Amino acid sequence: MTRRIFSTVAGLVVIGIGSATAQQPAPSVPAGNAKAGQALFMKIGCYQCHGNEGQGGAAGPRIGRSPMLAFRNFVTYIRAPRGEMPPYSAKVIAEKDIADIYAYLASLPPAPAVDSIPLLKP
Amino acid sequence: MAAKSKMERRKFLKGGMLAGAAAIVQPAAVVAQQSSAASEEVEVLTTESCGSDYMVDVIKSLGFEYVCANPGSSFRGMQESIINYGGNRNPEFITNCHEESSVAMAHGYFKMEGKPMAVLAHGTVGLQHASMAIYNAWCDRIPVYIMAGNYVDAAIRRPAEWYHGVQDCAAIVRDFTKWDDQPASLIHFGESAVRAYKIAMTPPMAPVLLVLDAGLQEGSNESKTKLPIPKLTMPAPPQGEAGAVNELARLLVAAENPVLVADRLARTTAAMPLLVELAETLQAAVIDQGGRMNFPSLHPLNQTQRAAAAVGEADLVVGIEVADFWATVNALRDQVHRSTRKLTKPGAKLATITSADLYIKSNYQDFRRLAEVDLAIAADGEATLPALTEAVKRLITSDRKRVFQQRGAKLAEASRTTRERLRQAATYAWDATPVSTARVAAELWAVIKNEDWSLVSNYYSEAGIWPRRLWDFNKPYQWPGHAGGGGIGYGAPSSVGAALANKKYGRFSVSLQTDGDLMYAPGVLWTAAHHRIPLLSVMLNNRGYHMEIMHVQRMCNQRNRGVDRGTMGSTLTDPNIDFAKIAQGLGLHAEGPITDPKDLGPALRRAAVAVKRGEPALVDVVTQPR
Ligand code: HEC
Ligand SMILES: Cc1ncc(C[n+]2csc(CCOP(=O)(O)OP(=O)(O)O)c2C)c(N)n1
Ligand SMILES: [Mg+2]
Repeated sequence: MTRRIFSTVAGLVVIGIGSATAQQPAPSVPAGNAKAGQALFMKIGCYQCHGNEGQGGAAGPRIGRSPMLAFRNFVTYIRAPRGEMPPYSAKVIAEKDIADIYAYLASLPPAPAVDSIPLLKP
Repeated sequence: MAAKSKMERRKFLKGGMLAGAAAIVQPAAVVAQQSSAASEEVEVLTTESCGSDYMVDVIKSLGFEYVCANPGSSFRGMQESIINYGGNRNPEFITNCHEESSVAMAHGYFKMEGKPMAVLAHGTVGLQHASMAIYNAWCDRIPVYIMAGNYVDAAIRRPAEWYHGVQDCAAIVRDFTKWDDQPASLIHFGESAVRAYKIAMTPPMAPVLLVLDAGLQEGSNESKTKLPIPKLTMPAPPQGEAGAVNELARLLVAAENPVLVADRLARTTAAMPLLVELAETLQAAVIDQGGRMNFPSLHPLNQTQRAAAAVGEADLVVGIEVADFWATVNALRDQVHRSTRKLTKPGAKLATITSADLYIKSNYQDFRRLAEVDLAIAADGEATLPALTEAVKRLITSDRKRVFQQRGAKLAEASRTTRERLRQAATYAWDATPVSTARVAAELWAVIKNEDWSLVSNYYSEAGIWPRRLWDFNKPYQWPGHAGGGGIGYGAPSSVGAALANKKYGRFSVSLQTDGDLMYAPGVLWTAAHHRIPLLSVMLNNRGYHMEIMHVQRMCNQRNRGVDRGTMGSTLTDPNIDFAKIAQGLGLHAEGPITDPKDLGPALRRAAVAVKRGEPALVDVVTQPR
């Protein structure tokens, strides 16, 4: 039974993330403080799985720029991840802090073009 | 014979300190003269023959190049025989600073050489130190040939030999060795030594242990004739039953999207071409889980970097020597309520070929969850591949061939897009400080790609995933596989052992070395320096036990009482560890800590010069977490 429930939920993950990514950023992105967001990103452990710049790592996908989730979906995911990510409930992190984290990720400069990096020549 | 030599030993003990001192200060000739002039009660203080010489004869016949050890008096007889009687060649004595390093070196050595290395360990304390590394080798089904000294006869034990003596020496590691024995005579030793080798090397391979009674080593060999050395004949490895192999071939040819999953497949260098041939014949997807170097990383059929997608599309998944087939086709979710789900689509057929079905032990749970499969072939994967490929070829029609070609083209396109995506992924945080793990892999690749390189490091952690994403692995010795039991501290010594195997081929050995792993027993770097083992160690120094940081973070999040202390107890900061200084102190060329990615390339190139001189070198890079 557990398996059946989970299968359904797992199905939703794919659909959920997929459609969220495709959406345009929600019109009301709260103004966050990128600097405070960076500190929080480190302090509460986002960097552990996503890398210090949200670049992605062995234990979590890239969550930095291009494309970023819409803010509302970003919050929803953090509160109730549908995969392996540990949940961050409203008890331990306020939406205002998530807005700071969001602002930090959005403030990062874009990655250099892959073809401009000789070391990454195929 | 035993009775007489025991008596002589008792006389020696009666003589005690004085006799010992005399033997040291007087030349042998004088001692001999006095002996002949003395009465019947004269002590015999030297011997012309000893048991451990015969042991060395037997060990030599098995072709060991090296014996790794931290010295211990329970095998002092054997050590003396190796260096004097055996001339310290085949095997040559390698000095370790920890028995765990000895066994892990032997583990890494086998991965490159395909031959076991011998290890000597002080019975009791030494074997206790060695045990975790033996467990890793066991879980990885890698043969290590361990000999431990012991003091069997209580009547003649020195004080230290009491607490270094044990009734059942092997008991501590019996759950994770394939066979052990404590021979009571030299003839018995000869047979057991050859038997141990044969057992260790027969799939499924595993570590074995011989307990060498110190009395047998040090006592004289009183045989009038030369003791025979038993002949070693290796059994042919078990090949899959013909009917089952044909059935699997039928499934493979009929499948629309078959996926071949290989893990501990490559037992010898012959395996990779065999898997390539099977995959190309079928134009089937291959996932190389990396337990061994099974399949070229850039082969168009290689779908390893999109494994989940490939398994999800499959209508047939064939696991060949896959350690955890259940987890290949299922996932377990690590949340407060654990749950599982199938990764394959409904109706997908599952088959396995594995020697794990031939042998299992209780207690330690490394056998993993029971996988429900449609066809299970209990056999060695590598030995079964030729027959399977032949059976597949017999069944292919021209219609199927056309389908295969289309499938192959699709898979080639999928792997090309995946590679492109990964190349793109490496650009994120490219200039970050601490250095991104992708950047480390790319910088290192530039330094080694024109060498005859060999990546010798294994990680329990996935810190080293970038090489497998970016580098062109196409030779059996370019990737050593995993640690087996996840006992950390394996990375550093196994890398040195693999580099030792690579040395005589002139290969450029390189390792990605994590910080937590190195701190268990860094003394193995001294072993590398002392024995002139060329190896470039590049540190992925994230200043912590990062895997554990993530685990504790998960607990913090689940329990809702603060998420900002997840690192507590698992970081390696305050003070930061100066790995360059440690390595320098152990005799290596070493640089670091490097925090700016721009400094990395030049430091790697300088270190490579030292490695090409035949030395080990270390570059400490402070990196992003993973
Ligand atoms: C222990 C590892 C871990 C930690 C810590 C973690 N994440 Fe995640 N995160 C993941 C994983 C893994 C995923 C991929 C989906 C899944 O399995 O849940 C993910 C997915 C996400 C996603 C969805 C990405 C997408 O494109 O759909 C967002 C957003 C995210 N994480 C943000 C954060 C933030 C912000 C923090 C810190 C407050 C954080 N994560 C902490 C592991 C982690
Ligand atoms: C002998 C042993 N002790 C503890 C662990 C638990 N453990 C698993 S991963 C890990 C961290 C290893 O740190 P490091 O080698 O620096 O790799 P990182 O996780 O930082 O990438 C530890 C301590 C283990 N697997 N083996
Ligand atoms: Mg670490």
